[in-house]
Amino acid sequence: MSAPLLSSAAATLARPRSIAPLLEVANLRIAFGRQEAVQGVSFTLHEGETLALVGESGSGKSLTALSTLDLLPDGAAISGGTIAFAGADLAGLAPAARRALRGGDIGMIFQEPMTSLNPVMTIGQQIIEALRQHQRLSRRAARTRALELLDLVRIADPHRRIEDYPHQLSGGMRQRVMIAMAVAAGPRLLIADEPTTALDVTIQAQVLELIDRLRRDLSMAVLLITHDLGVVGQWADRVVVMYAGRTVEEGDPAALFARPLHPYTQGLLAASPRLEDSHHYTSGPLVEIPGSIASASGQPGCAFAPRCPQAAAACRIAPPPLRQWAAGRQVACPRVLPEDLP
Amino acid sequence: MSLLAINDLSTHFRLPDGALRALDGVSLHVDAGETLGIVGESGCGKSTLGKTILRLVEPTAGAIAFAGDDITALPARRLAAYRRRAQMVFQDPFASLNPRHTIRKILTDPLIVHGIGGLKERRLRVEQILARVGLGPEALDRYPHEFSGGQRQRIGIARALILEPDLVICDEPVSALDLSIQAQTLNLLARMKADLGLSYIFISHDLSVVRYFTDRVVVMYLGRIVEEAPTADLWARPQHPYTRALMASVPDPAQGRRALPLKGDLPSPQDIPEGCRFHPRCPLATDLCRSSDPALRVAGSDAAHTVACHHA
Repeated sequence: MSAPLLSSAAATLARPRSIAPLLEVANLRIAFGRQEAVQGVSFTLHEGETLALVGESGSGKSLTALSTLDLLPDGAAISGGTIAFAGADLAGLAPAARRALRGGDIGMIFQEPMTSLNPVMTIGQQIIEALRQHQRLSRRAARTRALELLDLVRIADPHRRIEDYPHQLSGGMRQRVMIAMAVAAGPRLLIADEPTTALDVTIQAQVLELIDRLRRDLSMAVLLITHDLGVVGQWADRVVVMYAGRTVEEGDPAALFARPLHPYTQGLLAASPRLEDSHHYTSGPLVEIPGSIASASGQPGCAFAPRCPQAAAACRIAPPPLRQWAAGRQVACPRVLPEDLP
Repeated sequence: MSLLAINDLSTHFRLPDGALRALDGVSLHVDAGETLGIVGESGCGKSTLGKTILRLVEPTAGAIAFAGDDITALPARRLAAYRRRAQMVFQDPFASLNPRHTIRKILTDPLIVHGIGGLKERRLRVEQILARVGLGPEALDRYPHEFSGGQRQRIGIARALILEPDLVICDEPVSALDLSIQAQTLNLLARMKADLGLSYIFISHDLSVVRYFTDRVVVMYLGRIVEEAPTADLWARPQHPYTRALMASVPDPAQGRRALPLKGDLPSPQDIPEGCRFHPRCPLATDLCRSSDPALRVAGSDAAHTVACHHA
């Protein structure tokens, strides 16, 4: 018998902090047939920490997150590496145990709450169902708990809202309901895949603040998948920048944005207009990263080399390994030389 | 005389469960060579405004004048001349390009519809516009799905520009694109503006992009303009509490976790609050705001900066 995977939010608070990582992804590879979309990604995530995986489409960030949930799309499979959660290798778990983890110790929310919610069930029914899947609760107790959860995610008037159908809620409220369901079983890890991409900016700020408050109150770890550098800088403790299935740079967001090391990270930051700077189209064009990520396919060397202003001959031979540059800071570019050390 | 002047424009939709006042009394103008930004969140009416200006959606009330001509009531058959001079670039380049047509057909069709040139001239124009947006002639006989998102948006821009319009309405033109492709696309639009002397209406929810790309900005909330100002001035002195909240909500890599700029959900345009439309979410709201709808007035010394707020 495996130990019970669940705990209530209250028990979560009493959980002892440990030094071992909660999630440890090592040299993960994910393939569609013979094409490897993720080519050796490693990172660790500790209790209470928010780690952001950032990248553009085709970077492999969502596949990486989905693989930890055993939710890879049809045709995709893990082709190498390991994923360990709370010290246990997921590959060694029976399918039933993996399923119990999902929605139990690992909660998840996605970009579009409308596609994850059942349109013909009230949100109350859906939260109650989620609760009873992982906890032994009477209907009545589950309803009480559902009301508490709606209150926890700051849905006003939960007694009325619990009878609503998804289409009666705004996009922001639907995402709050998804969050309530995701944290219903008191997860230790919340995986949030582009949770605010479909939301308006004032609502995005509210939802990100909510996720962060729950992370603290429930001592969860958060794995945040996003393409938005601003979101990363504001809410993440650590960031992994991905490009074409590999990590190109990892570090503390403030340090990374203040001094990006990889030419791709440098290019991304230079290419994005920033709210606080006064760069205007009349004073000159934005810095461009030429080409597109499509140029990475079939590359024997660094996937970014075809777009890289600093690429050398060696960059086109083998993909550069991720090297430690400073404490907590790694970069996969041979052009970042030791003399750059601070 | 402004290139485009709209006065008190309203577009209401009749829905089974009541009226939707998507656009509710909006006046603005666009000068030749200018880029006017329209910002706001879902339901503010910014996309309806773009479509109403081109009369892809019929206005309920108000007037649209283009180069001095009233086009509000122009019969459909006489709209062709206007549409030749006012074009649109859409958010999703995939949905707006016919997947069964080659790029050659997509770019040639507008010329045929408007009876421009003979076979030879059309071919030349198509090749020229394609080169201008950075695609080679090998693209001509391919189909939209063979291109990346950024390339498709270039094709969408080429299609809008092949008629040599004076005004192009860009509705979220870079929102569906990856960051590294956004910069390429914005640079292309800026180059086209300089080369062809265009005016743009640039509709976007992304304040950082609007700040970079526009000369003047209109901020909309629930079908109304709440603030209007030259771009630099709006950022230097935002007046409306909604404008300020919007700016404060944009996540910024240089800032850490911070307090929430704005509480409450976006109201539905089917259920518009009495008085000032923003009052249920506004930190400054008083009884006056709950009962009286503020009109736009000049904010401070600059006549070009207007705001609709009792307390700003």
